[in-house]
Amino acid sequence: MDTTHHLHDVDYGTPASVSEKLVTLEIDGFEVTVPEGTSLMRAAVEAGTQIPKLCATDSLEPFGSCRLCLVEIEGRRGFPASCTTPAEAGMKVRTQSPKLADLRRGVMELYISDHPLDCLTCSANGDCELQDMAGTVGLRDVRYGYEGLNHIKEQADTSNPYFTYDPSKCIVCNRCVRACEETQGTFALTISGRGFESRVSAGESQAFMDSECVSCGACVNACPTATLMEKTIIEAGQPDHSVLTTCAYCGVGCGFKADMKGSEVVRMTPWKDGKANEGHACIKGRFAWGYTTHKDRILKPMIRSKITDPWQEVSWETAIGHAASEFRRIQNKFGVDSIGGITSSRCTNEETYLVQKLVRAGFGNNNVDTCARVCHSPTGYGLGQTYGTSAGTQTFKSIEKADVILIIGANPTDAHPVFGSRMKKRLREGARLIIVDPRKIELVSSPHIKADYHLQLRPGTNVAIVNALAHVIVTEGLLDQQFVDERCDKEAFDYWRDFVASANNSPEALESMTGVPAHLVREAARLYANAGNGAIYYGLGVTEHSQGSTAVIGIANLAMATGNIGREGVGVNPLRGQNNVQGSCDMGSFPHEYPGYRHVSDDATRTLFEKDWGVSLRKEPGLRIPNMFEAAMDGSFKGLYCQGEDIVQSDPNTQHVIAAMEAMECIVVQDLFLNETAKYAHVFLPGSSFLEKDGTFTNAERRISRVRKVMAPKAGLADWEATVALSNALGYPMHYKDPSEIMAEIARLTPTFSSVTYEKLDQLGSVQWPCNDAMPEGTPLMHIDHFVRGKGRFLITQYVPTDEKVTPKFPLLLTTGRILSQYNVGAQTRRTENVKFHEEDRLDIHPQDAAERGIQEDDWVGITSRAGETVLRARVTERMQPGVVYTTFHFPESGANVITTDNSDWATNCPEYKVTAVQVVKVKHASEWQENFHEFNETQLRLLKDKVVTAEAAAGTR
Amino acid sequence: MNAENLIKMANDIGSFFEAMPNREQATRDVATHIQKFWEPRMQKSLISYLGTHGDGNLKPIVRDALREIHPASFAARN
Repeated sequence: MDTTHHLHDVDYGTPASVSEKLVTLEIDGFEVTVPEGTSLMRAAVEAGTQIPKLCATDSLEPFGSCRLCLVEIEGRRGFPASCTTPAEAGMKVRTQSPKLADLRRGVMELYISDHPLDCLTCSANGDCELQDMAGTVGLRDVRYGYEGLNHIKEQADTSNPYFTYDPSKCIVCNRCVRACEETQGTFALTISGRGFESRVSAGESQAFMDSECVSCGACVNACPTATLMEKTIIEAGQPDHSVLTTCAYCGVGCGFKADMKGSEVVRMTPWKDGKANEGHACIKGRFAWGYTTHKDRILKPMIRSKITDPWQEVSWETAIGHAASEFRRIQNKFGVDSIGGITSSRCTNEETYLVQKLVRAGFGNNNVDTCARVCHSPTGYGLGQTYGTSAGTQTFKSIEKADVILIIGANPTDAHPVFGSRMKKRLREGARLIIVDPRKIELVSSPHIKADYHLQLRPGTNVAIVNALAHVIVTEGLLDQQFVDERCDKEAFDYWRDFVASANNSPEALESMTGVPAHLVREAARLYANAGNGAIYYGLGVTEHSQGSTAVIGIANLAMATGNIGREGVGVNPLRGQNNVQGSCDMGSFPHEYPGYRHVSDDATRTLFEKDWGVSLRKEPGLRIPNMFEAAMDGSFKGLYCQGEDIVQSDPNTQHVIAAMEAMECIVVQDLFLNETAKYAHVFLPGSSFLEKDGTFTNAERRISRVRKVMAPKAGLADWEATVALSNALGYPMHYKDPSEIMAEIARLTPTFSSVTYEKLDQLGSVQWPCNDAMPEGTPLMHIDHFVRGKGRFLITQYVPTDEKVTPKFPLLLTTGRILSQYNVGAQTRRTENVKFHEEDRLDIHPQDAAERGIQEDDWVGITSRAGETVLRARVTERMQPGVVYTTFHFPESGANVITTDNSDWATNCPEYKVTAVQVVKVKHASEWQENFHEFNETQLRLLKDKVVTAEAAAGTR
Repeated sequence: MNAENLIKMANDIGSFFEAMPNREQATRDVATHIQKFWEPRMQKSLISYLGTHGDGNLKPIVRDALREIHPASFAARN
């Protein structure tokens, strides 16, 4: 596959038919064989010709409005539209004839009679299908003039920060409206008016920014003219080349074309052959990439002795040398286990692999962890225990075969929007929907979608609900006994069956705890168990609990009990948070296991790595992130290498995290920006964005995709190169010249990656692991004939209520989450125009709770928990249930994690972000923490501004 | 390390496994879990604290599991 020259993809005009039956026909005298249901337009492209078109594009269903794609069919009267006419066996089709040419010229003449003739200065010049079609049909004259009514003087809507809508260029082809419906599923656009008055309209004839538009860019992509156009293209002009790469935002891992002018990105276009996204995108990946060139980026290494000192800009050698010497000093003084590292789920597989290798081989301990600790570590544990591997079971595409979708603790339309759109498409086709969530998320009720059941449980009761669902399945005879008998461990199943069948686990018994009416649980269980194909999708609303791992196990039990594993349309699908959180787990970022999820105590595995790495390795697990903080507080953990992670903002109980930071002697932060953690750091190593390096990301469906360097690292070194330099300075030599060599090492040492190479990824586009001799092109579906562990293992999932309980002092439960336009700690998205969509974190509160407290929309409210207090503005909304409040954590000054507590999952220490008992009161001032934060932040920004530039840094020496 | 936190963490592990019908196996599972996921200083801190302060707040299944992992420490106390 050529990965660098995809400026214009082939457009087949209509979607591919999935029929296995083939038909042969003749087009312009050439025979062509296509799947039944293929349009004549698409068949013509297959035959090597192009039929003129305007309203058709292969991402949308045919519409048949532009009348340009007319053809002649032997033996038939008239001129049918080729986009809406299916190919039939024996057809003889003519795509060109004098009559067709006349008709097409006539149509084009009409279009152009109401279109500005400013092609030379138009932003679409060089990428305009209208212009192309005028050329194709040989239009030489427009007889109608501009004296009559036209739309040429209509004003553009520039309200959206990323694209403009210029109605004067619109040909009313409906592609944008259909893209909003079919591709995105938002239904924000329509055609208002009739006949000549027909115009594209956002919302109810509103500006785009005021409408329901979610800025996914699907309409812009679909537009054949300059009507909907990216502002970056209007400013910069058309790109000169494109490079295929992978989005660095969420765990969907969309394939993108980075459209370039030289080494400058001018547009990110979703890659139509990208298997994770199939040509769709969201506001983040499509538009919010401006952070990569933001002025806040720090491009020189810096050091300082104390966090009260100004930073000193130094060369890479000096910074790396200082970090290495500090780490060795600390180890000499406090012991080999007194330092550790955190790998980044935003960096590449190759980079996370290197950091864990540096810790194990260079530091000489296993104190390495990753931010999966605070999101999906319970998935790793739960699915590992039940199925034998720590990953989702399906492809995203599998949802096209799902009959019933069960969503637990996930909000795909905000957190995984491109997959959310695929899900909505399947739901519009008729799949049934069960949602288990404390909040009324968008999918509960949105255009053309209504959940069959919304089990609006109380936060912290997932396990109770899952047990109640299982109880119904077992006691009402809804088990897939044949699947269980053939595929699962019998003794474990028998224990589990007896456990869930107990009256304690009935929906009626648990109703008072979950708050969900028992009959709804019973009906939902019946729907899922009788689904045909039942697919479970879950997110952090499952994992980030004191019983996160138990809930994952419970979900795995449900799928096994109903036989919903091992084929398309079913499965257990964790929706991973960050772009490479799956990959960072795969790469051995956890302190207890090597790449490929093999425990450090396993002698054979350890010996394998010892031989390859040339060092002896420790067989005891290392510290997890919360354990590192605890050890820092007791004085036994003094140094940290933190790559691409902002633990001060993202981890719970901020004040505890900060105390741990302040107890350490050397914190090395590698990041694009001076993030909150960096404000407590002693060494800052400039990070490189995903545009500045080669590597791979692995998404939530285990799909390994290439990240390709489109520009040189702005700070001189890619992140992997900085890690190599640090390792060399520590005396553990690394000699990689290219990330492909790191992948070769990963493949050599990791059985599930053994056939992964960059060449293969270039050739296939992406592969899903396991990718090895047995499955050389990867494994889309897991556990088809047997589970990875052999027999599936049911485990008993006793509901244990969290310690975080409401009291008279803290009568509400706070749960936290994400919003579409912002990403995680916001370090990237806050430095883009996305702030126009979400400029602050709010506290969502039910009208009843608000009224009881005299709180109105936009009021400042103080939120207090046993961990701390912060102040946010209120949003009064019925999305919440009474007794439950909600906020996001995208802005550091919000202090959402000042309130969250140290409570964590029993198995993995994943924090319980989703349940915090709080009180909410109306206030007039920021909290004490926020005032302190403001002061500290100002100081740190001043210390950055007043940085000392050393001669070597000024000289730019590396 | 903070003993209260360690005791809570250990008891949470105990709460999951004590629901299992085979008590002997469940105790082994608690022991295995701690060995597989707890860095040595966490185990040492907890054992040391229990040696000094007794194991009053510790769930019996956790105490039995720790006894399996660190028999010498427990023997020294008897």
